[in-house]
Order: sequence, then structure tokens, then C-alpha cells
Amino acid sequence: MTTQNRPLSPHLQVYRLPLLALLSIGHRLTGLALTFGTFLLVWWLVAAATGPEAYATAQAAISSVIGRLLLFGWTLALFYHLCNGIRHLFWDIGYGYELKAAYASGWAVLAAAVALTLLAWVWGYAALAGGAT
Amino acid sequence: MSLRSPLGRVRGLGSAKEGVGHWWAQRLTALSLVPLTLWFCASVAGLAGADYASFRAWVGAPVNAGLLILLIVAVFYHAMLGVQVVAEDYIHGEGRKLAVLLITKALAIVLGLAALLSVLTILFRG
Ligand code: HEM
Repeated sequence: MTTQNRPLSPHLQVYRLPLLALLSIGHRLTGLALTFGTFLLVWWLVAAATGPEAYATAQAAISSVIGRLLLFGWTLALFYHLCNGIRHLFWDIGYGYELKAAYASGWAVLAAAVALTLLAWVWGYAALAGGAT
Repeated sequence: MSLRSPLGRVRGLGSAKEGVGHWWAQRLTALSLVPLTLWFCASVAGLAGADYASFRAWVGAPVNAGLLILLIVAVFYHAMLGVQVVAEDYIHGEGRKLAVLLITKALAIVLGLAALLSVLTILFRG
């Protein structure tokens, strides 16, 4: 009997990661993505402090298609990390460990993250349309 | 006899080192980031397409400048602590781990300071 080629468990090619595992690694990945996003925040503030040309350059980069896509991704990452972070904080004070509760809060986090992201972008485009102040 | 009390001598020698303080700082910065980032996202969405003058006017309003400073301190502290945990989980060589931790800290300090000074410049120069 060969024991060499047996699949190890969990075998990642045939194993569907459960929701709770995906949410967990998602918190870490969004945390790292947000950390890279701070470069943009700093660039934006430094540009505004430097002068009109620097600000125009930063503004042009941010409103390009790639800039908007990145910004959209970061918005989603931030709201996901924020909502899931609140879930983490409830765990830290001892609530929500029941499997049923953990699934319910997980789905709630996903729904809230998507809803908040869409709200922020609708708000943003409304501000853009409503006379650029 | 020693100058150091028995408690002082053993403090921080457990396997967690100063881990409890790290843990608390991560939770407290997380808690303060909830209102701060919500305020920030709402404000930035409202500022979409803002020109130079109106953006500077917004940053230079004292309440906004104050909240931005709190946000910057909390974000960089929180991110630095967070990246540290990730690095400690995945990087196993002591030398490489130390290098990544030092670079993370240096970057957090430099970027945070650049952001803070920008806000202060706009606040005081108008
Ligand atoms: C908006 C409010 C935020 C909340 C409520 C929050 C909450 C949390 C919590 C509770 C943890 C610890 C998770 C654990 O126990 O493993 C954490 C980790 C982390 N956060 Fe945040 N966070 C927020 C914003 C941010 C921001 C803006 C950044 C980056 C700039 C960030 C970067 C990270 C990183 C890198 C980690 C480490 C991830 C890990 O250990 O797996 N967070 N956050």
C-alpha cells in the first residue's frame, strides 16, 4: 500500500475554503492592502501642502481610470476591514462565538461592506455632479 | 541587593514580551478608527473633484485638521502594529524578520510625519 501520494487535508485543489476561513484571511489581506493605500493618502496631503501644480498632478492620477479603480478597491477593503474589525472587537469581549452567530455576523459584514462602498461612491459622484466646490 | 526590584527584573521576560500592550494598542486604535474613518470617507466623498483652494480650505479648518491628525496617528500606529503581527507570523529567519520590522517602523514614522506636517503646514499657512 502506497502512502506517498495520498492527498493531504485540506487539499487546496479540491477543498472549498469555508466562509469563515475566507473572511478571516480577508481581514489580513485588506489590512495589508490598506497599509499600501496609506502611500496615496500621504501623497495627496503632501501635494496639497506643496502647491497647486503638485496637487493637480495628484488629482489627475487619482481621477484617472486606474486611480478610480484603485480607490474603489480601497474603499471596499476599508469598509470590509472596518465592519469585520467590529466583529473582531465583539469576539474580543467574548460575544458571537456560536457557529450560527459567527456565520450570521460574517454575512452581515459582507452585506454592510458592499452597501457602505456603494453609498460612498454614489455620494462621491453626487458631489461631483452637484457643482464642483 | 540590586537597584532593580524583583518585579522590574522579570517584567517583559515572559514569552509574550510586551505583547499585552501591543494587543491593547491594536484594539484601541481599531476602536478609534471606526468613527474617524467613517468621518473621513464621508468627507472625502463630499470633496470629490474639489479644486486646490477648496481642498486646502477644508484641511485648514481647525476641526478638520484636528480630526485628520487623530486619524493619521491612529492609522499609522494601527497599521504598524498590524504589519508587525503579519511579519512575525510568516517570516521565520530572525535577521530578515528584524529587517522587515525595522523598515515597517521607519516607514510608518516617516509617512506619518509627512502627513502630519502637511496638515500642519496647511493649517498654519492658510
Ligand atoms: C476602520 C477601522 C478599523 C478597524 C475597526 C480595524 C480593526 C482591526 C482589528 C480588530 C485587527 C486585529 C485583527 C486580529 O485580531 O487578527 C486589525 C488588524 C489589522 N489592521 Fe485594522 N482596523 C481598522 C482600520 C485599519 C486601517 C485603516 C489599516 C491600514 C492602514 C489597518 C491595517 C490593519 C492590519 C495590517 C492588521 C493586521 C492584520 C492581521 O493581523 O491579520 N486597519 N484591524
